[in-house]
Order: sequence, then structure tokens, then C-alpha cells
Amino acid sequence: MTKEHANWSPYDNNGGTCVAIAGADYCVIAADTRMSTGYSILTRDYSKISKLADKSFMASSGFQADVKALQKVLSSRHLIYQHQHNKQMSCPAMAQLLSNTLYYKRFFPYYAFNVLGGLDSEGKGCVFTYDAVGSYERVGYSAQGSGATLITPFLDNQLKSPSPLLLPAKDAVTPLSEAEAVDLVKTCFSSATERDIYTGDSVEIIILNANGVRRETEQLRKD
Amino acid sequence: MFRNQYDTDVTTWSPAGRLFQVEYAMEAVKQGSAAIGLRSNTHAVLACVNKANSELSSHQRKIFKVDDHIGVAIAGLTADGRVLSRYMRSECINYGYTYESPLPVGRLVVQLADKAQVCTQRSWKRPYGVGLLVAGLDESGAHLYYNCPSGNYFEYQAFAIGSRSQAAKTYLERKFEKFPESSRDELIKDALFAIRETLQGEKLTSSVCTVAVVGVGEAFNILDQATVQALINEFEISSEEAPAAATAAEEAAGDAAADQGGAAAEEEAAPMDI
Repeated sequence: MTKEHANWSPYDNNGGTCVAIAGADYCVIAADTRMSTGYSILTRDYSKISKLADKSFMASSGFQADVKALQKVLSSRHLIYQHQHNKQMSCPAMAQLLSNTLYYKRFFPYYAFNVLGGLDSEGKGCVFTYDAVGSYERVGYSAQGSGATLITPFLDNQLKSPSPLLLPAKDAVTPLSEAEAVDLVKTCFSSATERDIYTGDSVEIIILNANGVRRETEQLRKD
Repeated sequence: MFRNQYDTDVTTWSPAGRLFQVEYAMEAVKQGSAAIGLRSNTHAVLACVNKANSELSSHQRKIFKVDDHIGVAIAGLTADGRVLSRYMRSECINYGYTYESPLPVGRLVVQLADKAQVCTQRSWKRPYGVGLLVAGLDESGAHLYYNCPSGNYFEYQAFAIGSRSQAAKTYLERKFEKFPESSRDELIKDALFAIRETLQGEKLTSSVCTVAVVGVGEAFNILDQATVQALINEFEISSEEAPAAATAAEEAAGDAAADQGGAAAEEEAAPMDI
């Protein structure tokens, strides 16, 4: 007696890869701009990165309809916070809000694999990585999405962040300079593009530091 | 208005067809400290008098940002005003979430008015004791509305509410015809003059008033004290002098202009009939 399964799924995977790296006084958040479904490409020019607050950017891969809904919910919650507290949300606060928002839909999850990047209240770079239901951790770097399995081992090799279980507590941020980190991200994406069919077209890179926000785009293989 | 046997419940009509509890709520607005609003075709300005209970306490906030394109100034029970501001903010956020565009001011004031009306027709509620001057910007330009506890709302070129607001209204009535074409700074100047009128001789400084602006290309923002004081100094509005020579010429041209602004209701007629 096998159970009959639905031939319709509420979810779809639009593919794509997201990466974020935290520095001593900067944060780099990047995502490719390819949106696909099955073996087809829907568009080569779709941004997976959203600005949640002055110092918090979220890059999300997975089901983009859920990602869009998640971005809107967080955006509205941030407006409420600003009205009540008369200031922007800090990145760690946004990180907790994202976690709670995801767990709220524990039994019909947002099919979104998120990386949150920004500056904490001390101006240091912070990166938070999530699963689909809100489990999160502050780390020095992270990759999510279809190319994550290709990028993460490479970042481990270049940036291995100390385990949060180590004592004394070590800084999670990388000693790399901002320019080196941006270059590293470009390398990650070019490599992932070679072997992951869902990653490519171009990569959108956001660099956040004390002077503000900068945006760069780098072309990737279109095949 | 004297105490009578028809004023206990909001759901009891008087033989003359009045709801006294609602009228008493409007009295509460008149007791609050003054708030004024005025608008041109492109900008709207709100200003209010900030009276602290004692030297030791801080001033009550009477101007609230509702959204980038809407702000509100209140007079009366400020607690009720705070709650209504929260409602307005929530409505703007929900509208923006659903339609990805700003809630038109005219729609917001209707929702606010309907909310106030509910409290005039439930025996277990009381009317909100606060008058709201809603200033906002939408596709058709700048707007200023007044929402009162009765559930009525009106659109104005300029208006004043709260204690000694009649003095401000008289000033605004003289000036309102030139408001549509006024520049942002001229509007602020007129707002400050109007506020000064309500102070009855007391010195106008930035510590007793708050000014906020919204306009084309400018999100709703409350001006900081230093900016306001600089404007007061620039326009030399602090003491009870006659306005500058430039405006004296306009006054000579016409006196009591047509009363398009807030018509002061006679004391005995039901105020909701305006």
C-alpha cells in the first residue's frame, strides 16, 4: 500500500549561487544573476540580493517567488522597527528577525537558502548563514545554492574560519583586504560557473564598508 | 454646552439631534496645545506648539511620521493620537506590501474617519479625543486633511486646531490665497508666524515648537531644533512685531478673505454639521 503523491508541487528551484565574506571592516555579498527552471534559463539578469537595512544585505537562492515574499515581509517588518525605534535595525538584529520569520513557516517553509551580510554595530563585517527553516550561525564566510558544494571547499581552503567551539573565542572575520576578498569572490564564481549548469551569466557583488555601499558586476560564462 | 441628561452615553441622542459625547470629545481637541498645517501645490507643512508639563519633563511628541509621504500632527489626548498614528503606519505598510506603491492620502483619511465613526456608534466605546492634521503627498499633489473625533474629515489649504488656534486661523485666513504657489521656505515661514500667533506674546523659540515638512522630492521629515531656530532668526519672528514690510503690502490689499479655511462653528449649533 504505497501512498499516492501529489503531481503538483508548490515549489520550484530557480537555481543560482550566493556567497558572502566578512572582513575586519567590510563585507562582500555576491550572487549570480541567472534564474532558471529545470534545464531552461528564465533570465540572465535577475538580482538575488536585497537590501534589508542600511547595513544588512541578504542574498538568497532557491525558489525566487518565496524569496521575493520573504524580502517583502522583512522589508515591512523593518519599517515597523524604524517607526518604533527611530533608527535602522542592526545586522545581528536583522539576522534574528530573519531566523524567526523563516521558522514561523516551519510547516510550509520558504524555499529560500539565505546568506545575510553586513556590518555589526562595531563596524566589523558579519555574515550569517541559514537553512530553509531558520537555523542560523554567524560565520566568517558562507556559500548557499546550487554552486555551494563547489565553492565552500575552496573558501575553506582560502579562509578557513576557526570553529565557534574553540576557546578562547576567535574572530570569525578574514584578515584579507577588501580588494583581495572581492577578487576571491570573482574567482569562486568563475570556477563554479564552469561545472554548475545553474550558475553563470554574471555575478552581482555588493561591497559594504564604513564609506557606504558599492556595487560591481562581473560577466560569467553564458553556457 | 452644559451637563444634561442626554450626555452619559455616546449612543444616546439628545432631542435636538446631537450626540453630546462626541461633542465633548471635540472639546478635548480644543484643550490640547495648538497644531497647524498648511500646504502649497507641492509641499505641506505641519507645526505645533510643544508644552511640557513641567521644566523637569520632556515635551510630548505631537508630530508623527506615518510614511515617507505622509505625516500627522495631533491635538488633544496625545495617547489616542499615538495609537491612531500606529494604525496609520500599519495601514501604509500593508498597502505598500500589497500594491508596491504609496497609500494615497485621501484613502488613508477615509479609513481613519471610518475608524473614528465606529467609536460614535458603540455603547462600550468612547470617541477618540484627538484631532489629526494629516499632511501628505500623492499623485495629485500635496494635501492637508483634518480628521475629527466625530468621524468627519475635511480637506484644507490651511488649518489650525487646539488651544488659541483661532489666532492662527485668523492669520492663515489672511494669507491662504497665496499658499498654492508658495515656495517651501515661504510655507515654513508662514507656519512659524501662525504658531507665534497662538503663543499670545510669548517668545517663539525652537524649544516651544516643532516643524515638519513633506513635499515633491522631500520625504516627510521633522526639522531639527537648530534648523528651526535659524529660520526663526532669519525671519525675525521671535517677538510680537508687525510682520516684515513685504507682507504688509499684501495685507493692505485685502482684509478678511473668504472663509475657505476652518469656519469656526457657532457655539450652539452642532459642530458636526460643518
